[in-house]
Amino acid sequence: MDIKVNSKSYKIKKAVTTLLEALTYIQENIEPTLAFDYGCKSGVCGACSIRVNGKEQLACSYTPADGDTIEPIRYAKQRRDLLVDKSIAKSLIAKTKATIHSYKEEVLGVADEKKSEVQSNCILCSSCYSACPVVEVKPNFLGPYALTKTYKYTIDKREGEPKEHIDAIQSSGIWDCTLCNECTLACPQGIDPKSDIVNLRNLSASYGYMDPNFSNMGFSGGFGFDPNGGF
Amino acid sequence: MQMHDILVVGSGIAGLSAAVTAKQKGARVVVATKSSVSVGNSVMAQGGMNVALGNASSDSVELHIEDTLKSSHNLADPKMVAKMCQGGIEAIEFLEQIGVPFSRINGARSPLKSIAQRKLGGASAIRACYAQDYTGLKILHTLLDRAINLDIPLLEGLFLLEIIKNSKGQACGGLFLNIESGETQALYAKKIIVATGGFGAIYAKNTNSKTSTGDGIAAIFRAGGELSNLEFVQFHPTTLKGSNILISESARGAGGYLVNSKGERFIDELTTRDIIAKAEFEQIIQGEKVYLDLRHIGKEKLETLMPQELKLIKQYAKVDATKELIEIEPAVHYTMGGVSVNENLEVVGLENCYCIGETSNANVHGANRLGGNSLLEALSFGVLGAKEALKNSDAKPMEQEINYRLPIKKGSDNFALFRVKKRLSTLLFEKVGIVRDEKSLSEALQELEALNIESLTIDDNPSNSTLLLELLELKNANILAKALIKSALWRKESRGSHIRSDYPNESKEFECNSKINI
Ligand SMILES: Cc1cc2nc3c(=O)[nH]c(=O)nc-3n(C[C@H](O)[C@H](O)[C@H](O)COP(=O)(O)OP(=O)(O)OC[C@H]3O[C@@H](n4cnc5c(N)ncnc54)[C@H](O)[C@@H]3O)c2cc1C
Ligand code: SF4
Ligand code: SF4
Repeated sequence: MDIKVNSKSYKIKKAVTTLLEALTYIQENIEPTLAFDYGCKSGVCGACSIRVNGKEQLACSYTPADGDTIEPIRYAKQRRDLLVDKSIAKSLIAKTKATIHSYKEEVLGVADEKKSEVQSNCILCSSCYSACPVVEVKPNFLGPYALTKTYKYTIDKREGEPKEHIDAIQSSGIWDCTLCNECTLACPQGIDPKSDIVNLRNLSASYGYMDPNFSNMGFSGGFGFDPNGGF
Repeated sequence: MQMHDILVVGSGIAGLSAAVTAKQKGARVVVATKSSVSVGNSVMAQGGMNVALGNASSDSVELHIEDTLKSSHNLADPKMVAKMCQGGIEAIEFLEQIGVPFSRINGARSPLKSIAQRKLGGASAIRACYAQDYTGLKILHTLLDRAINLDIPLLEGLFLLEIIKNSKGQACGGLFLNIESGETQALYAKKIIVATGGFGAIYAKNTNSKTSTGDGIAAIFRAGGELSNLEFVQFHPTTLKGSNILISESARGAGGYLVNSKGERFIDELTTRDIIAKAEFEQIIQGEKVYLDLRHIGKEKLETLMPQELKLIKQYAKVDATKELIEIEPAVHYTMGGVSVNENLEVVGLENCYCIGETSNANVHGANRLGGNSLLEALSFGVLGAKEALKNSDAKPMEQEINYRLPIKKGSDNFALFRVKKRLSTLLFEKVGIVRDEKSLSEALQELEALNIESLTIDDNPSNSTLLLELLELKNANILAKALIKSALWRKESRGSHIRSDYPNESKEFECNSKINI
C-alpha cells in the first residue's frame, strides 16, 4: 500500500488496521525523524487528528487505503511534518469563558444528564475547527468546539449565571457561523456543534440579543456569513 | 527569573486538580506538560471513580477502606487509605460544583445523592461514580475548562528532564526540553508537584497512553528520591489481541465468558484481575487462544449496557461481538509502585517535591489496585497535595547552574532506537511479566545491561523532534525497567500482582515495601 504524507510517498509493506500503525511503520522503517503526535491509541485523547484526502480523521481509528493523502489539520501552526500547534484551544476556551461561573445547588436527574451527554464527549481533537470554512476567512471566530462547550455550560442547571456565557459568544461567535454543517460531519464523537450554535442563537434571542446580520442586511444583503462581506 | 509558588508537572487529573486547588487558594501556579493538555491515562478511564456515597446500595467510608486494604494484600497503609477515601467526598463535591456531567439517578434529595454508581470488581458495595463510559474524559475536560478560566498558565510541549535542586539539596524547579524550540528551559518554584503518571507504556503490550513512560519517576530517582513497590504491575485480563484496547470489567460483569480455542471456560470470570490474567497466561503458553464470549448475552442487552465497547470491538478487532468471539490477551494496565511519599505526599529523600497520582506510591494500592481507586487517588491526593505543598512554603528558589546535554550526535543510527525499544518492551513483557522467576528476571537484567541504552544517541534537529522524545522516554524506561527488575528479584514471594513461580506463596517476611535508591 502506498500513502502520501505531505506529498511524499511511502510504501507500507505490512498489514495495518489503523493509519497510526502506518505512520509508526514509516517512522520505524523508512523515516525515523517523521514527526507526528498521538497518545491513547483508542480515539479518546484527541492528539492524532490529521486530514486524509481532505477530511479530518483520527489516525488511531482511521483504516488507511492505497493512495491516501495525509496532511496536518488546518488552522493550527504546522511545526514539523504532521505535528501542529493546537494551543489555540486554550485561548478559545478562555474567550468563551467555558466553565461554571456561579455554582447553584441543584439536584440533577437522568434527563439533565442526557441534555449534554453528547456535547461532553468532546475530546478536543480540533477536527471541527479544521473543517470550518469560517475560520479561514475570520481567524478570530470562536469556532465549533468552543461554542459547543458554551452551550453545555449554559444549559447546565448548576450554572447560576447563564447570561455570562451568552454574553461571551456574541462577538466573533454564534452569528458568524454559516450553519454549513462541516463541523458536525467532521466530529469523530458524533457531536453536532451546528445544532448547538442554532440553540445558542435561540437562547441569545431570549436574552435580548439580535442577529447582527439582520440589522446589517441593508449592507451585506444576506443572512449569516457572507464570504464577500469583507471581514 | 520568574518565581512561582507551585510548579505542577503533568496535566492529568492529578496535576490539574492540584493546580486548580492551589490557584483557588491564591497561589501563583504554573503547569508544564510534555503533551497537549488532554493527553495521558486520565482521559482513558471509563469505569468510574470510587466514592462511598451509598447511592445505589448501602455503603460507608469504613467499608471502602476495608475493601482497599484487603485488595492490597496487607501492603497499604491504613492511614493513607483512610485519607484517600475520606478525601473522596470533598473531591466529588468539588467536581459537582465545577460542572462534571456525571451519570445520574432520578429522585435524589441532594446533588451528591443524584450521582449514579456502578459496581466494580473487589468492591463490597456499588461504589464507582461514573459518566457513562467516559468518566476520565469528562472529569479531565471539566477540570481543564476550570484551570483555563482561572488563568493558570498551561505550558504544553515541555518535557521534564531533571528536577533542579538548590545548594541544600531541596527541589526548587524543573529543567525541561522545550519541544518546539529544541532547547532546554528551567522553571523555578517554591514547591514542585510531580504528576507525570505511571510507566505502563514501557511494556510491549499495554493499555496505557503513549505518554506513560515514567519520566517523572525517573527524574525524581535521579535527584535522590526513593522509589518503592515497582514490582507491582497490574495486568488487565481483557484487552483486544494486538491493539490492546481495554474492554472494561463490565463485559464480564454482564455475564461474559472467557473461553479457550476448544470453547472451554477455564476460570471464574468474576474473580480478581491478577488471578484471571494468570489463568489466561497459562492458557496462552499451552498454545491456546483466549476469547471473550458475549454472544449469549444478546444483542439488545449488549447495546444498552456497553455501546461504546461494542464500537471499539468493531473498530479495532473487526468483529461483531453480538455474533462472534473476541480474541483477547492480558496487557499491562496500571503501575501500583512509584515514588515513595510521606503522609504529606512529600517525596522521601527530596524535600519540597511532592508527588501525586499514578506517579507516586502513596501506599494506597499495595500489591493490587482496586478498579475505580486510581481516579480517586488522582483527585483526592491532587487536592491534598496542593494543600500540603502550600504549607510553610517560605523557600526562596534561586537560579542554579545547570549542565545538560541532549543525546544528539551526528551520524547516529536513527533506526537503532526503535530496535532497542522493541527489545526492552518485549523483554519486560516476556521475562518480567505476569509470572516471573529468578531466572527470567536475571536474564532480563543482563540483557538490558547489554543493550547499553545509556549511550544511545540520535541524529536529528532537536526542534519538534518526536524522535528525540522517543529516545528520552526510552532512557527513562531503561532506568525504571532495571529498578523494577531489581525490586522483583528482591521480593522472594508471590503477592497480589507480583507472581513468582519459584516462590508461589505470600511470606510474612516480605509484608513491607520494596525500596530503591540511587
Ligand atoms: C484504559 C484505561 C482505563 C482506566 N480506567 C480507570 C477507571 O475506570 N477508574 C480508575 O480509577 N482508574 C482507571 N484507570 C487508571 C487511571 O486512568 C490513571 O491511573 C489516572 O488517570 C492517572 O492520572 P495521573 O494524573 O496520575 O496521570 P496521567 O493522566 O497519565 O497524566 C500524566 C500527565 O503527565 C504528563 N507527562 C508525562 N511525562 C512528562 C514529562 N516528562 N514532562 C512533562 N509532562 C509529562 C503527561 O503528558 C500527562 O499530561 C484507567 C487507565 C487506563 C489506561
Ligand atoms: S456549521 Fe458553523 S461552526 Fe460548523 S463548520 Fe459550518 S460555519 Fe463552522
Ligand atoms: S466537537 Fe468533535 S470534532 Fe470538535 S474538538 Fe470536540 S470531538 Fe473534536
